Formats: sequence, structure tokens, C-alpha cells
Amino acid sequence: MTRYLLRRLAWSALVVWVVATSVFVIYFAVPHDVARLIAGRQASKETVKMVRTRLGLDQPAHLQYLNFLGRLARGDLGESFITQESVNTIVARDFPVTASLALGSGILWLVLGVGAGVIAAKKRRSPTDRVITTLALGFYSMPPFLVGQLLLFFLFFRLYMAGFEFFPPGSYVAFSDSPLQWARFLTLPWLSIALVTAATYSRLTRSAMLDVLGEDYIRTARAKGLTESRITYRHALRSSLTPVVSQFGIDMGSLLGGAIVTEVVFGLPGLGREAVQAITTQDLPIIMGITILSTVLVVAASFGVDLWHAVLDPRVRLE
Amino acid sequence: MTTSAVAPPARPGEPLVRLEHVVKDFPVKSGSLFAKSRERVHAVADVSLDVRRGDTLALVGESGCGKSTLARCLMRLHDLTGGRVLFDGHDISTSTQGELRPFRRRMQMVFQDPYGSLNPRRRVGSIIGDPFEIHGLRHGADRVKRVQELMELVGLNPEHYNRFPGDFSGGQRQRVGIARAIALRPDFIVCDEPVSALDVSIRAQILNLLDGLQDELGLTYLFISHDLSVVRHVSDRVAVMYLGKVVELAPVRDLFGHARHPYTRALLSAMPAPDPDRADTREEILLAGDPPSPLDPPAGCGFHPRCPRAQARCATEVPALAPCPGDAAEHLAACHFPVADGEAPAAAGSARQEAL
Amino acid sequence: MTTTAAQATVRSRGPWELAFERLRRDRAAIAAAATLLAVGLVAAIAPAIATAVRHGPAQQFLDVGLSPSGIPLAPNTTFLLGTDSLGRDVLVRIAYGTRVSLLVGLLASALAVLIGTLVGIVAGWYGGFVDRVLSRTMDVFLALPFLVFALALVAVVGPSLTISVTVIAFFCWASVGRIVRAETLSIREHEYVQAARTLGASPARIMFVEILPNVAPSVIVYTTLLIPGAIVSEATLSFLGLSVVPPTPSWGNMLADAMAYYKVAWWFVFFPGAALVITTVAFNVLGDSVRDALDPRRDQAVPATDEEVS
Repeated sequence: MTRYLLRRLAWSALVVWVVATSVFVIYFAVPHDVARLIAGRQASKETVKMVRTRLGLDQPAHLQYLNFLGRLARGDLGESFITQESVNTIVARDFPVTASLALGSGILWLVLGVGAGVIAAKKRRSPTDRVITTLALGFYSMPPFLVGQLLLFFLFFRLYMAGFEFFPPGSYVAFSDSPLQWARFLTLPWLSIALVTAATYSRLTRSAMLDVLGEDYIRTARAKGLTESRITYRHALRSSLTPVVSQFGIDMGSLLGGAIVTEVVFGLPGLGREAVQAITTQDLPIIMGITILSTVLVVAASFGVDLWHAVLDPRVRLE
Repeated sequence: MTTSAVAPPARPGEPLVRLEHVVKDFPVKSGSLFAKSRERVHAVADVSLDVRRGDTLALVGESGCGKSTLARCLMRLHDLTGGRVLFDGHDISTSTQGELRPFRRRMQMVFQDPYGSLNPRRRVGSIIGDPFEIHGLRHGADRVKRVQELMELVGLNPEHYNRFPGDFSGGQRQRVGIARAIALRPDFIVCDEPVSALDVSIRAQILNLLDGLQDELGLTYLFISHDLSVVRHVSDRVAVMYLGKVVELAPVRDLFGHARHPYTRALLSAMPAPDPDRADTREEILLAGDPPSPLDPPAGCGFHPRCPRAQARCATEVPALAPCPGDAAEHLAACHFPVADGEAPAAAGSARQEAL
Repeated sequence: MTTTAAQATVRSRGPWELAFERLRRDRAAIAAAATLLAVGLVAAIAPAIATAVRHGPAQQFLDVGLSPSGIPLAPNTTFLLGTDSLGRDVLVRIAYGTRVSLLVGLLASALAVLIGTLVGIVAGWYGGFVDRVLSRTMDVFLALPFLVFALALVAVVGPSLTISVTVIAFFCWASVGRIVRAETLSIREHEYVQAARTLGASPARIMFVEILPNVAPSVIVYTTLLIPGAIVSEATLSFLGLSVVPPTPSWGNMLADAMAYYKVAWWFVFFPGAALVITTVAFNVLGDSVRDALDPRRDQAVPATDEEVS
């Protein structure tokens, strides 16, 4: 098993390296004068030259690449062009917001999605199933930002007009400060991600469950006299969950890298919004830093899923 | 057909296809990324055979004995691990697929599975016309006409040119496969268990078709089967394979009349009798033990763990394929203690106890 | 007894025709297809719509299009679906936005499918070193986080339609490739492929004539589900300002504009949103129906026995 995990680890490192290199190539291959950007439009030639030297931009490309990799290996993501603030600091500040968003919605969509899928599978072709399937289809077709806007309109605005300010957008309260407020501000964002993703998961779970429920060993279990609920939960669900777990790991990974759109819609100060703002200001180190971090998170999540599979399924270890 | 002739083409009776000490191994995939596994499956372990022009040579054996692999090596669908394959005097053992192209027109194959050997998404006319398409012969209406002639030749209705394989029964699909194989008038056809997947009642039809085509088109066959009763019908000579080696090779009448190798005797005894009521004087020979694994073949004679006649010598010395004392040069067997006429195969039973 | 080619006109219904028949009978599929046709029509006649109501898509009617306080107008007789923050006709902008969405959705999907199928078949057929290299490449692409990478790219190169098509195709082709590769690996073992080899067919011919038609069903199903994903991705990209450049309208950037006005101008959110949802749902429904119609389990009808046929 160690060999398998080492292989996966090596692979993950490779992916991160590929992304980092691509980021570097983009950064340097595109013709724009980085030093001038930092120094500002009005800067004199001397200032620009000074900035260039300071940033090491006058060195040959391959040396810059090695420096870049070296910095990355130490975990240093560089500094903002505009504020000179360390990107690491910025990221550390934003990450809890994104993480809260990801984790909360993750739990929500898992419960909703798998639950709906199981119910739909059990009550196949009944009205309940049709309703669930249709709803799933609807949400599945909507981009999260649209759901977010709709939620804002109906659950915030309309209620607000009626005098209830339940779920205001636009701010974030840390969990450590006040759990209740934390949840309050995050409810709509959680919902807007969760509803769409739950739709996908419910479809996934439903079809996996239907496949499993058709298997012979389920028939045997029924013949043996096991109750339906026991069959569903102990036998069928276990087998159906494998694809769900894999998918969950991957989704969480990408979400942790920045639930960009949701953060923009709800004005949450997370990694995603940071990156979007950095585009307008052309603050490349922030964008690059967040990209690399996000890839690391996705890859780490993938690795976690592999670990989980290796623990659960002995066949995987023998690969 | 322009092939650089090394030797004049074979005449009837002369070998058209020659297999010389053919060996085929497959590596077994196991172990981690870094340590390649050393284990190999010895599918074909030194086989030498001739197929004579105009003849039908049958190749018989259990599943896993290597007969299909041998056929594929012959057709160069696999690369050989060792040995040579000669077609009409030309050594094609190491030829590239490009170099093999002209030979492909002369050697063809009929496959076992009528459901798998035809692309379900293509029309049968197109499938039968494939050989022409691939080799750039006969275009347009001429090709259609030729394909329809072939369909008639194999007993299919030419009006079904545009039908899909799914519309045909197993026997008919096999006819399509045969039509495809004879399209370019090959000299040699490997029939890999062509009737095994068909209903018993249809088998005779297909076998008769193959027989008729052999006369009409002057074909040479290598006929592979695990069923001796089928083989008796169609072949001139029979080769029996066990664990990647040929254990007996004889003209068909000699094999069925007085087989020398105990394994052949066991196979023959297992043939279902056409009339069960008639007293069956054959002794049914039950082979003890499990079928062997080609991963780890026994030392000496591959058959010795299951052989009722095995003695000490069998476990150490590999028997050569040679004529048995008193037999014609045509009848070869690889056994230290071949079964003589009238002898019961299990005669050396007590000796076996001694050896253990 | 020879029959001419003209007499061989007895056509039977092959697997494709059977699938099409099943699709035709599926009412949901018909409804979805009709919807998509309507959407396509709107995209095609967008300029005509603009001429009909005499409002251009980028034309700002700051006087008649906004209320005295500068708020967009609700749907009325002049502006059938209302106006946006700059007094532009929402109806006309949605119509033009349809073009962007369909163009990007279809083009990006087509590109992804083309590349993915090619790579998948080649990787599956050749195996060995080629397969290892191509598979690893696909894995890398699958591991990349889409949006963040798109952001990075656009930050440097600037937003455009070409970028959004490229980026979406860039991230989708690998999943197509993986599916095609898996199918190819299994099809490769079928005997008709071996038969083609014995006939002397070149690898290119085998891949194109034998393998491709048999991976096609899976590819088609996946494509119909890829398209709505591409459309949503494009909408997301333009929502963030990473796709078409204003004033070119796209549903995504309209929704982005609408963000600030949702409290006062519901039509500004509703109509582009509805257009997006309707189109996407239609594609998804069609995709589900196509998948059911192409279900290989149905193609293996019980074959006729020899007795019955002869």
C-alpha cells in the first residue's frame, strides 16, 4: 500500500509542478512590462529600472524560473504588485472565509443530494420520484450565481421588504466571533452552492442506487427476510456511495480553491473574490498565487480520496 | 499477386505453412511500478507443424492448451517469442505488418464467435467487401456484384446485402464471416472453432459448406476445435495439443483407430456416443487431478501429473514427438510409454504408485 | 442466379435508425428539441428582431429607456422585456446573447469532443507508451481547477470570445478522452477488430472504420450533456467579465449587470436567467433522452434462431 500511496504522491507533485510552470510561463511569456506595472504609469525610467532589478526581472529566464520554484518550495507565494503585501498573508486571511463556505455547503449538499437520491431510488416512478428528478434537473441546469441571485431576491429582499432581515449579504463574521452570525451570513451562499451540487449528487446517487438495488445480492437479502430499511442503508447505500465519495473529494477540493462566483455574488471576502479583484487591478502575483494554491488543494483532495479508497478497498492497494 | 518468390509455390501435398519450434510467452502483469514481474505464461512451448497444400490439419485440445494462440501466431496477429513461421517458403516470423500485407491476401481466418466477429454497426455487404476495400481492388458496382456472388456461394441471399449483422442468425453470421475470408481467393484459411458457438443442428451445414469450398476453391485449412467428433468429419490429419505442445500428430484414421498418447485416448473416450443404447465398449478414462497452469508447467512430460501411465521417467525427461515403434512415419506421439494396440490406457497404474 | 445492385434494395434498420426511432417517440425529447430549435431561431434572426423593434443591442436610450431617476424601465410596449441599466433593450440583448451562448457552447463542445475522441482512440488503440503518456496528460488536465485557471489566463491575455471557447474546450476534452479511451480498450478486443487486422487493415483504417462507429454512441451522449455545461461555463465566465467584451451582450454579463439592480428591476434578472435556464434544461432533457435511446442494452435484441430464419 505504501508503494501505491507514494505513486499517488509523486503524481500529485507532478501536477502541481505542471501548473506552477504553466503559471510561470504565462507570467513571463506574455509581453507586458511587469516592472512598469508595479512602478506605476508615471514612473521615470530610473525607477522602473530599479524596480526591475529589485524584482530580479533583469535576470535570464531560467534563473528566474529556478527562483520561482525555490520560493514556491518554501511556500512563498510572492508579493502583491499593488500593496506589496505578502500573498501568503492575503491568502491566510481569505482562506477561512472560503473554507467556511466550502465546508458548510459541502455538508448541506451531501445530506440533501444523497438523501434525495436515495428517496428517489426507493420510490422509483412514484410522484415523489418524479418531483425530485424534475427539481434536480432544474437546479442542475442553473449556474450557481443565478441561484444565488434568485435566493437573494426571494429569501433576502422580499423578506426584507416585509420587515425581516434574515439573510443579509455582503459581510462575513468569523466563526470564532459569533457562530450564529457566521451561519446567518453564510446561509444563502451555502444554499446557492448546495442546491446546484445536490442536484448533481441526487442524480448520481439515484442511478447508483438503482443499479445496486437491481443486483442479485439485494434480492437474496430480501429473500432472507431483512427489512427494507436495513437493506437500503446497510447494503445498498454502502456500494452506491463509492462514486459519490470520489466526486465529493474532488468537488471539495475545487471549492476550497475558491467558490469564486458565489463569493462575488454575495460579496464574501474569500479567495475567489480576491482573485477576481486582482484581475481588475492586474495584480498578477495574487492571481498566480491563488491559482497554484487552488491546484494544490484540488490535488490534495484527490490524494485524500485515493487514500480513502485504498483503506476501504483492498483491490486498489494491489494495483 | 506479386510476391518476391524465394521458392516455387507449394504443390498439393507439399507444406504450404510451416511452423518451426514456435514459442509464445505472455508476461504476467503483476508487481509494482518498478519491479516488472518475471512470471510468464507459456502459451505455446515449442510447436513444429506442417500444413500441406490442399489438406485439412485439425488442431485439437482443451481450453487453454494454446491452440488459439498458435493460430494467432501463425497469422502474425502476435509477435513470436521464438521459432519461425514460413508461408509458402517465405519466412514471415519477423515481418512488419506492412510487409505482411501481400500475404494477407493469401492467408485468412474464420473466427469462433459469430456475434463478435462482425461489426454490429456495419452492413454485411460492406463487411464482406472489406478485403476489396483494404487492398484497393474492384470498385463500385463491380465490387457489389462480386460480394453478392460470394454471398450466394456461402448460401446467403444476395438481396440481404444491406442488412446488419443483428438481422442474421448465428449460422448465417458465420457464413458472412466465411464469405469475408474467401473474398480474395486465399490459399490458406485458419478456422478457429468455427462451429463451436453454433447449434448442433447447424454445425453440419457449416462444416459441409467449408468442405465444399475447399474443393471448389482449392483451399488449405487449419481447423481448430476442442470437439473430436467434429474433427473426425473434416480433417486429413490431426494434431493434439496439451499445455502448449503437440503430443500426438497422425492421419485422422490412425488417430481414431489407434491413438498412442494417453491424453488422446482420454479425449476419445470422452466423445459422446451417437447411440447411447448400444453398449459402449470403450472404457471411460477419467483423468485425475486439476488441469495444469501454463504459468507453472510440470517438469518433464507436461501430462504426467494426470497420466494414468506415468512413471518416474515422465517427471524428469521431456518426451520427443516421434513415431512410435511399429507405426508409420506419419504417426507421431510424444510419450515414453505410448499405448499399444488393444492395451488399456491405465495398465501402468501400479507403476504410478511406485513413482509417487 | 445473380442479382444486380439495384435489386439489393432491401434495407434493414440498423442500430442508428432504431435509436432514432426511439428518440422520435420520446415526448420529452421532442419538446426539448422544439425548444432548442426556437432558441436557435432566435439566435439566427437576432438582427431581424433588432430591426423590427428598431433598437440596436448596444444602443443606449438614456432618455426614453430609463425612468427620470435613472432606473431601468419595466416591460412596456416600446421595450417588450424592459431595459437595462443603460437604457438598452433587454429583448434585443437577450436575442444577441443567444448567439454568444450557442456559439460558445457548441463550438467549445465540438472542439473538446474532437480532440478528446482523437486522443482517446489513439491512446486506447496503441496502448503501451503512447497510452501512458496520453493518459497522464489527460489526468493532468482533469486535475486543473477550471475557473481559477481561466482567471489567470484572462488576467494576462484579456477577455474575449476566443478565450472563453479555448478555455472551456481546454478543460473538457480530457473527460471525453477518458471515456473514449475506456471504450476503445474494450472494443479493441472484439473479434471484428482482430478480423480487420487479419485482412491487413491499417491501424488508421481500423480506428476510423471499426472503432469510431462503436464509440460514437457514448460520445454523442456525452456531447449532449457537455453542451449545456459549456453554456453554463460561458455564462459564468461572462458573469465574471472573462468572456465577451461589453457592449456585446451575453446572458452572463447581463446577469452581472443585473446584480446591482435586482431589487428594483426584476425583469433584468428574470429574462436573461430564464433564457439561460430554458436553454440548459432543454439540452439536459434532450441529453437524457438521447442516452436512453442509444442505450446499448436495447440494441442487443434476441437474435433470430437459424430455424426461424431459414
